[in-house]
Amino acid sequence: MPEITLREALKLGLREALDCDDRVFIMGEDIGLFQGSYAVTSGFLDDYGPDRIKDTPISESAIVGCGVGAAAAGLKPIVEIMTINFMLLAMDQIVNHAAKLRYMSDGQLEVPLVIRTVTGGGGQLGATHSQSFEGWFASVPGLYVAAPSDPYDALGLLRTAIDDNNPIIFAEHAKLYQVRGEVPDEYYSIPLGKAKIKRAGSDVTLVAYSRAVHTALEAAGLLSEKGVEAEVIDLRTLRPLDMNTVLESVRNTGRAVVIEEGWKTGGFAGELVSRIQEEAFDDLDGPVGRVCGLDVPAPYSGRLESKVFPEPQGVVNEIERLYGL
Amino acid sequence: MKVPANLGKEEAIGLYEQMLLIRRFEEQSDRLYKSGKIKGFCHLYIGQEAIAVGAISSLRPDDYIITHYRDHGHALARGMDPKVVMSELMGKVTGSSRGLGGSMHLFDVEKRFMGGHAIVGGQLPLATGLAMAIKHKKDDQIVLCFFGDGAVNEGEFHESMNLASMWGLPVLFFLENNLYGMGTHVDFTRSGGREIYTSADAYGIPATQVDGMDVLAVQEVTRQAIQRIRTGEGPVFVEAMCYRFRGHSVQDPMFYRDKEEVKKWEARDPINIFEQMMINDGILESEDIQEVAKCVGQAVSEAVDFADGSDEPGFEAIDQNIYS
Ligand SMILES: Cc1ncc(C[n+]2csc(CCOP(=O)(O)OP(=O)(O)O)c2C)c(N)n1
Ligand SMILES: [Mg+2]
Repeated sequence: MPEITLREALKLGLREALDCDDRVFIMGEDIGLFQGSYAVTSGFLDDYGPDRIKDTPISESAIVGCGVGAAAAGLKPIVEIMTINFMLLAMDQIVNHAAKLRYMSDGQLEVPLVIRTVTGGGGQLGATHSQSFEGWFASVPGLYVAAPSDPYDALGLLRTAIDDNNPIIFAEHAKLYQVRGEVPDEYYSIPLGKAKIKRAGSDVTLVAYSRAVHTALEAAGLLSEKGVEAEVIDLRTLRPLDMNTVLESVRNTGRAVVIEEGWKTGGFAGELVSRIQEEAFDDLDGPVGRVCGLDVPAPYSGRLESKVFPEPQGVVNEIERLYGL
Repeated sequence: MKVPANLGKEEAIGLYEQMLLIRRFEEQSDRLYKSGKIKGFCHLYIGQEAIAVGAISSLRPDDYIITHYRDHGHALARGMDPKVVMSELMGKVTGSSRGLGGSMHLFDVEKRFMGGHAIVGGQLPLATGLAMAIKHKKDDQIVLCFFGDGAVNEGEFHESMNLASMWGLPVLFFLENNLYGMGTHVDFTRSGGREIYTSADAYGIPATQVDGMDVLAVQEVTRQAIQRIRTGEGPVFVEAMCYRFRGHSVQDPMFYRDKEEVKKWEARDPINIFEQMMINDGILESEDIQEVAKCVGQAVSEAVDFADGSDEPGFEAIDQNIYS
């Protein structure tokens, strides 16, 4: 199987959709001539032309809203919002429109829209440019949210997202584009709402998505040196959410820690912790833990920023604190 | 623009020095970014110096300034200490926000420099609010609000223009039309063409366009605008035509524009234009130019040394100013 980067996997998925379905087009800021601010669509404008690869003005609300309208009229738009921080300007179109049209029209309308965006911090971009809001979107009925951590999942989930008839937020972590992994030549896709066990273990379950999966895997390596075997679960999609895989693992290990890059207060990790204790309380050997982003706006200073996002050692420490392992 | 008869040597040196300071500061920022001492995003102001200097030199010390992330030039023109700005760029405790803000988020409230704001269009409603407060207090300051040609396509721009006009607020909406928002040329983002100032008409806001490469022209237009605003006649819109000589940010490979276009604009370098004008008019001599260059070079290298030698912030800073 060839090894490619997550960026290349996304390019493959997008090209495939553009090649196979002329209802598909991509629209967003600087995706064409500029070649994409994270270079995911580099080369696309030359290959597909300006009707399929639409550079837009800086107008997030209109970009998403146009995508919703075009989807409702039978196209399959893929819109790109340069980073998730700028999604705040499109919040109304996403939450009040994209997520609601099907329901309010009792199924007369359909919004097959993919909103690709870049999430996450760690690049010293400061408080306005380092956020992770995918968990917020996951709380909205009518939206799906995918957040892949490796090239295989990125391609498999993107295929499903484009095929699906619902609006989906596709959150790509800025720090994962260069992650390499094997991607088969044969066609495959990954259903939404199916988590993946990235590493088997019987002592503690680590639940994560996106970049935090890598943090969890590194933590599992450190734990293993201490004789503690962690099972690492990559949720892959936040909504639909695959609780079965999580609960099955927790019933086996009796311990769980959720790792999430976003803020701890009101984060998606809290949702997972609640569900785990609601469904598996009797199987737990201790409290369900969380290792999250610090509840602060991200500072620019590298020294300070290094304290903000979850680190493998922090996961190890939390497991020791909670379970004495 | 013709050199005004009353332009004195001291004032000319002041303008020249400020523009050159910004230029040299930015060239240093570019180097420091490439050597890894400045991180994150870093947007250089090279090529647009005449605008910050021309416009800001027309303000009173108690007027407000608010701008976007391409803010080093505005900050320096407002008189922020280059040492403090450079320290912020390097994330040091001696920076304007102790390293919490970074290049895109410079603040100096004492100088009424109300921030660089990194969400495109975000500063426009804030400017409107600052102006509202001035009017409410029956003061006569004004708000100078800078933004780019990209920002005019956000709803916040239109919402702010409408409010400011309807309520007669003292804002100078100052557009720096450098023809690009990141890699997208204004011809691909404006239905009404690149003359953006004409859109102010829809809100009943008087608007003019000015050559943004000519510091004296910018200064003159700004003075006139401010005069009108201070008398309580509501907002004015100025569009300064200019060009970003460098990439959108330091990392930009600039696939989207050809070198000829850049060269054409570089031939209209605002600092060279001014220098020539001053020499031709006999206001400055080449010794004056050399003297300024020396001072500026020294100020920039002192700023770098100061920032370099400063400490990084302590961990206590991380959550000290989330709430009062
Ligand atoms: C709401 C929002 N959308 C997108 C961006 C990303 N972005 C940063 S600067 C920029 C271009 C802005 O261009 P312009 O307003 O012309 O200012 P210039 O950079 O030319 O000074 C874009 C798209 C952002 N920071 N905020
Ligand atoms: Mg611009």
